[in-house]
Amino acid sequence: MQITFYISAAVAVVATLAVITRYNAVHALLYLIVSLLAVALIFFILGAPFIAALEAIIYAGAIMVLFIFVIMILNLGPQAVRQERAWLKPQMWLGPAALALVLMGELVYLLFSGGQSGQSGAPVGAREVGIALFGPYLIGVELASLLLLAGLVGAYHLGRRGDAAVVVELEEAAARDAEAPAVSALSAGQTEGGDAR
Amino acid sequence: MHSAPASLAIVFGVIIVALSIASGLIWLERRLLAVWQDRYGPNRVGPFGLLQVLADMIKIITKEDWVPPFADAAVFVLAPVAILVPVLLTFAVITYAPGIAVADLNIGLLFFLAMSSLTVYGVVLAGWASDSKYSLLGSMRAAAQMLSYEVFMSLSLMGVVMLAGSFDLKTIVDSQKDLWYIVPQLPGMLIFLMAGIAETRRLPFDLPEAEGELVAGFHSEYSGMKFALFFVEEYLGITLISILIAVLFLGGWQGPLLPPLLWLALKTLLFICFFILLRATFPRPRYDQLMSFGWKVMLPLSLLNLVITGGIVLATR
Repeated sequence: MQITFYISAAVAVVATLAVITRYNAVHALLYLIVSLLAVALIFFILGAPFIAALEAIIYAGAIMVLFIFVIMILNLGPQAVRQERAWLKPQMWLGPAALALVLMGELVYLLFSGGQSGQSGAPVGAREVGIALFGPYLIGVELASLLLLAGLVGAYHLGRRGDAAVVVELEEAAARDAEAPAVSALSAGQTEGGDAR
Repeated sequence: MHSAPASLAIVFGVIIVALSIASGLIWLERRLLAVWQDRYGPNRVGPFGLLQVLADMIKIITKEDWVPPFADAAVFVLAPVAILVPVLLTFAVITYAPGIAVADLNIGLLFFLAMSSLTVYGVVLAGWASDSKYSLLGSMRAAAQMLSYEVFMSLSLMGVVMLAGSFDLKTIVDSQKDLWYIVPQLPGMLIFLMAGIAETRRLPFDLPEAEGELVAGFHSEYSGMKFALFFVEEYLGITLISILIAVLFLGGWQGPLLPPLLWLALKTLLFICFFILLRATFPRPRYDQLMSFGWKVMLPLSLLNLVITGGIVLATR
């Protein structure tokens, strides 16, 4: 078990480093997926199979797909890679490296002072997670669901506004075309179609 | 558990049987389509045309393996592997008969859902790396379709999980000793079946590779063995969804007289034939019809199924 932990931890660290250093956005995202899967494996080894599955389903399987989807729509070419390369100068590394050093110092201190090792022992299954979520943490779950609902309504509203703009545009086009009687029947039909949607 | 040689035998047995079923399905699909369309189908090579698959494989292996110069070569090569591996991995958590399973994972069902959400990457990356408009359009359709249908695919299975009280596929089969879950969970099964068709991108949900408008969709630029991997993945996906329906809703290996493995094979074959019948029957819907059907009909239905099942479980316990 120890050796599998160290291997997947090493994979996670290397993949995360690659996420930062890749110039091509899709390649960076692929490394991020590998890193998330490695973290899922670590959860599994530490005795939390349910959280491991959720990590794979939600982070690697859903959120990252949306990221890749967006980057595909942006259609970044070789010039984006060149721009990225120009942005990532050596002096950019100073700030993050200093912050990372602080964290590493803390970690080394904890390791040598014999702090919590993290290995709790008993596996935490789906049942325990569910009981905890809908028992002591119920208010948190409800608040999160309210937040998500607000996001959903907001996204729906923004989507509707786009639709309404299309309808207005079609109506304006119909008004313009009304001067030319030959096409008025066609554009009236278009406007009705827009309204029905 | 098993001894090391027995475990190895099971592991390789599952891989070999799954892959040969997948390639055998190519023959089965062509013959069955021919029957339903009132013609012969491939019947020249070997008995009943069975060796046609072998001939096709020899042909496809000897084809030129071509990476287009405008493609992102690394991702282009990675994509067919990324689509095949998660499907093959899922075969590891299924219990085929008492004692015959590669890994008896207590989160087996969640593992399947995780792997099926990872198959999206193969399709998306294939389209992106090809850098051609047909591939890109196909893979964008695939990403949206598979993400949407995944949502209620997992929701439709939660009814079974509630009744069995476990994510473990072995426990789920054992708890169907008296009553197969197809009876109390008929809506769940129908929803899962439809989501499964969309996940494997089969007709009538094969819009990512609609020939009439997108050439071949996300795998337009692929040839040779890389194309064969996409092809095999499609049939492996069909086999996987059929086995899962048999395990989750039809009592898995349980049945009178015949040996357990044969029962599972028969139930699986029934659904595989149903998949092929669908292809022979249905036209393709429009893309927006597909999406609105998923979000406006299937998602509310699966939520309703979940609420009713939950209420009944709560009232009877």
